Amino acid sequence: MANAPSIPVWKKLDAGPVPTTTRRHPVVVVGAGPVGLTVALDLARYGHPVVVLGKFDFIAAGSKAICFSKRTLDIWGRLGVARPMIDKGVIWNVGKVFWGDATEPVYQFDMLPVKNQQHPGFINLQQYYAEDLLLAALKECPGADIRFGHDVTGLRQQSGQVELDVASGGSAYTLAAEYVIACDGNKSRIRDLMRLDFDGRVFEENFLIADIKIEESRPLERWFWFDPPFNRGQSALLHKQPDNVWRLDFQLGWNVDRQACTDPAFVDPLVRGMLGPDIRYAPEWYSVYTFQCRRMKRFVHDRVIFAGDSAHLVSPFGARGCNGGVADADNLVWKLDLILRGEAPATLLETYNDEAITTADENILNSSRSTDFLTPKTPASRALRDAVLSLARHHPFARPFVNSGRLSTPVSYPQSPLVTADVPGETWAGVAPGSPALDAPLGSGWLLDRLGGRFVLLTNGYRGEWPPGVDLVDLADEGTGAALAIERFDLTPGAACLLRPDQYVAARWRRPTRGAIEAALSRARGLV
Amino acid sequence: MTDALKTEPNILRPDEVYARLVGLHEGLSDEESHRASAALVLLLANHIGDEAVIFAAIAAARRQLRPGT
Ligand SMILES: Cc1cc2nc3c(=O)[nH]c(=O)nc-3n(C[C@H](O)[C@H](O)[C@H](O)COP(=O)(O)OP(=O)(O)OC[C@H]3O[C@@H](n4cnc5c(N)ncnc54)[C@H](O)[C@@H]3O)c2cc1C
Repeated sequence: MANAPSIPVWKKLDAGPVPTTTRRHPVVVVGAGPVGLTVALDLARYGHPVVVLGKFDFIAAGSKAICFSKRTLDIWGRLGVARPMIDKGVIWNVGKVFWGDATEPVYQFDMLPVKNQQHPGFINLQQYYAEDLLLAALKECPGADIRFGHDVTGLRQQSGQVELDVASGGSAYTLAAEYVIACDGNKSRIRDLMRLDFDGRVFEENFLIADIKIEESRPLERWFWFDPPFNRGQSALLHKQPDNVWRLDFQLGWNVDRQACTDPAFVDPLVRGMLGPDIRYAPEWYSVYTFQCRRMKRFVHDRVIFAGDSAHLVSPFGARGCNGGVADADNLVWKLDLILRGEAPATLLETYNDEAITTADENILNSSRSTDFLTPKTPASRALRDAVLSLARHHPFARPFVNSGRLSTPVSYPQSPLVTADVPGETWAGVAPGSPALDAPLGSGWLLDRLGGRFVLLTNGYRGEWPPGVDLVDLADEGTGAALAIERFDLTPGAACLLRPDQYVAARWRRPTRGAIEAALSRARGLV
Repeated sequence: MTDALKTEPNILRPDEVYARLVGLHEGLSDEESHRASAALVLLLANHIGDEAVIFAAIAAARRQLRPGT
């Protein structure tokens, strides 16, 4: 497919050739956005051949995600791509909240609550850089068959496989797959072809997203305004990106002329209102964004599995869109790996459906609450909101109520059927079953790097046996270099916890036995 | 739920406290009054801290206007 006229091109890619032979592929990923690329990279690194179909033959420019969370970086770290993202990205730790005409912030906050982890709390990076780095890593994988300019136009689920119709450069072909991962974004063609639901609400709210280039240096901080003089009654956000690009985000209200709002003559007074009358800047990209909060009822439909924006959409407050989608990829791929290897039943996918929906619901809940705080719907809710903001100036208690977006954090699944509950009577601090591992320094490196994407028994000197399929990481071997890791998992001498390949804790014991480890492993593989 | 919330008399000088509650709004516009009430609720809610008590109070406040919701 040629360039879509309305989408700006950041980097042209070679269109993949149309295949001449037909064969059945274990997995086809539809969509080459950040989620599809993460799914494909993870699968390829497990050694599976994977076909990736992307509708366009370019990486798009324009304004999309900029904030990537520590959890996303931990996942991309497992896939070997976090380092270049962080090197290119902008790290910020301070947020300031302004209200009304005051030039002093109502309060400011420090972002990273947990120190001594390899990855920062957040980085800001244009989505096209993230996609480009994921793609570069994927190209290095022998099993990856990447086809840009290949547009999926039809789909049939048959016994034991899925057939896709694909259009590319004027020709068409059919492709068969054991599993199709639909990462084809919010307007998902696959979802439409399967006539599946996409429930939720579209908020009557528009935002002007102005990415501009500024040469002068400014503090690396996230600034948020409630009701500023330059955008009365609305909110605004200022955030740094690499290459001296800044994201300015202006709430517009509803019933706006979207076309007129991206006119430079409309944008310029807003930019100068925010940054001062003398600011020198060059526009990068202006767009108007109307957001929605919705999700599919189910993400798993037999052999077609939805991940990312195709499955769920949230408001941008909290940076939960792409980060939520990367969490889907992380949750899905190790399960698919085990199924393809015949080490887990296909029903394990049902736990992807459960866990990914838990994450999506938490993201939707959080972003809906942020929206309600940002845009009070009634005089009473406005009074509450304004009372919070005016109290926050002098009273620390009011500051936690201020909601300018609750930044994406990983979701725990203590209720998941894959989790083994703690032994009754044992008391524990530390990362609980159903929660993701917390990084910590380990020797001269980092704990998460040592865990990798496999089942690990993380212990502090357990001397007994453990079942095959589990690798041991013994913190007792590390001497003083493991003190913080031991503390974060509350591993008393002899204690151990079992980690899933996505580095979530599956079970833990003060006194592990081979039998108990084996039972927890079976449970985590969906065998019981 | 309501068990958590004290609904028996608990204030020594009710007239004094009531007068102060009314006094909060003296000279305020309707909008300011709304905000003053909201601020008072937030301050007291934080002081109480116990979610069960706060939720029971919210339920009781709503019930006297719309029973059953
Ligand atoms: C202004 C803005 C700011 C945002 N900020 C953030 C943020 O700071 N942090 C955050 O986490 N999220 C943010 N988001 C959300 C984030 O951009 C999305 O959640 C993310 O792009 C979703 O990735 P995805 O891979 O699921 O889908 P997409 O990025 O939409 O990718 C879908 C892919 O599927 C391909 N495709 C579509 N149809 C077909 C077809 N028929 N055949 C083949 N290929 C097809 C497309 O070409 C594309 O490559 C923001 C979004 C916007 C608009």
